[in-house]
Amino acid sequence: MNKTRTSGRTVGGLRSLSLQAPAVSLLLLWMLIPLGMTLWFSFQRYNLLMPGMTGFAGLENYEYLFTDPALWSAMGTTLLMVGWVLAITVVGGTLLAVLFQQEFMGQGIARVLAISPFFVMPTVSALVWKNMMMHPANGVLSWLVELFGLPAVDWFSSLPLTSIIIIVAWQWLPFALLILLTALQSLDEDQVEAARMDGAGPIAIFFFITLPHLKRAISVVIMIEMIFLLTIFAEIFVTTSGGPGLATTNLAYLIYIRALLDFDVGMASAGGVIAIILANIVAIFLVRMVAKNLES
Amino acid sequence: MTTARTKSLPSSHAAPLTQRAPWLGILRSRRLWLGVLGWSVALLIFFPIFWMVLTGFKTEAEAIAEPSLVFSPTLESYDAVQNRAGYARFAINSVVVAFGSTLLALLIAIPAAYSMAFLPTRRTKGTLLWMLSTKMLPPVGVLVPIYLLFRDVGLLDTRTGLVIVYTLMNLPIVVWMLYTFFKDMPRDILEAGRMDGASTLQEVLYLLLPLTLPGIASTGLLSVILSWNEAFWSLNLTSSQAAPLTAYIASFSSPEGLFWAKLSAASTMAIAPILVFGWLTQKQMVRGLTFGAVK
Repeated sequence: MNKTRTSGRTVGGLRSLSLQAPAVSLLLLWMLIPLGMTLWFSFQRYNLLMPGMTGFAGLENYEYLFTDPALWSAMGTTLLMVGWVLAITVVGGTLLAVLFQQEFMGQGIARVLAISPFFVMPTVSALVWKNMMMHPANGVLSWLVELFGLPAVDWFSSLPLTSIIIIVAWQWLPFALLILLTALQSLDEDQVEAARMDGAGPIAIFFFITLPHLKRAISVVIMIEMIFLLTIFAEIFVTTSGGPGLATTNLAYLIYIRALLDFDVGMASAGGVIAIILANIVAIFLVRMVAKNLES
Repeated sequence: MTTARTKSLPSSHAAPLTQRAPWLGILRSRRLWLGVLGWSVALLIFFPIFWMVLTGFKTEAEAIAEPSLVFSPTLESYDAVQNRAGYARFAINSVVVAFGSTLLALLIAIPAAYSMAFLPTRRTKGTLLWMLSTKMLPPVGVLVPIYLLFRDVGLLDTRTGLVIVYTLMNLPIVVWMLYTFFKDMPRDILEAGRMDGASTLQEVLYLLLPLTLPGIASTGLLSVILSWNEAFWSLNLTSSQAAPLTAYIASFSSPEGLFWAKLSAASTMAIAPILVFGWLTQKQMVRGLTFGAVK
């Protein structure tokens, strides 16, 4: 008995290595090759439109990038998008999770309807909002606004960033709701009941029991959303194309413009390196948190 | 919720009947108002999808007219999208790419997740976390090299190219999710199988896979959903041949392509299957989306 177990372990080491090899090696290639190339290109003079100009550029690309006002504008836009969408989805998601945790008629169906936007492909959500909801003349929102006798809003030309934030928040609010609702299910009902017996009102229960219980789930939501929101692309691509001017150009869209519209590989790669660094700052915290969870 | 209420029953049991009746009345009305609030919020969030489905059954003229719920439904937009716009080609691309990449990811991930769950070594934890960290690499950071590599080996605008990208994109999530499902499985059963002389392959095929099938299915569905809805690589790496539905819908964004009824009909068809998948697996997919940090 004891013998088979020990021999199983040493063989297991080899066996587990060979079983993991395909997954690990493929991911390693997928990570290292593009990462290495991006880093390499970012120090090269490399524009597909100017085939003659090649060679080592040193920090030139980064210099151009950092002195380009477009970069700082894109960074600001990225920050605003991430910040607002996070605020809306986390606060809204928490409140909605508490609401949908309550018992009411048909709560299962209501819940399913509320999380649906998360499963809608980004190009569809963006175009449905842009055309059918936010169109200045025939959109549902303009119709509603006019119903109350107010002037119609031309969403995408007067409030482009707000419009994109609304669309993205609509997509990610259900994500926060889904995660937080799942987390709420492990809340100890006896504890809530005990607090209620002691005379705690619903607001006190929310702040002193529910919210502390959700703390970890909320931070997971924040970090995962941040990683995805840092590089919002499709929603901008099909609605504003980054405009008007640079109003809705975030870091991801700026890199896309430099790479596939200007064909400036060097510059786009330098931007890519910056995006990777930003994402990694967030990623470190998330990985740490998951690691802690893995131990328990 | 219900358990808590039944637990508190004994105390209310002692109260006289006359006191219980108004308490029930209040409870009932509280539930009523919660219902009204819950449903209003749910319908509000769902409204754009509902409106899109509705618009798909309108004529183009009705679609851009004043918003109205009263109209005579027509299938002409569905007809136009399917017969004239070649919807089927994009749908086939989506199906091939989403299911192809999912199958491939499962094939690569099942052995890895099996060994991590049942034959853990000192390195297992580190490997899992490293896999998670590859998911944190923003796609836009590697857009340039992937684009150039694909151009040089002729993978631009091919379904094979997209399958490769999506497989690798979802591999960490698939491994993680399978790992959490495998870990939940009682080890005794596998142990018993091994005692009876089952080989590793038999163990996996006849014990592990059938017993964790629901978990594997929801992992697969999450991977299909993520690939189906992916819109960064599909927009940047395909143009006409391999364009999946995300890219096809994006073509409606050009000013000359502004046909709301057709956009709605195409969108409804594009999201319907995935919406159903999402509804089916909502609970299990939380594990995959949060890397097991929230169960």
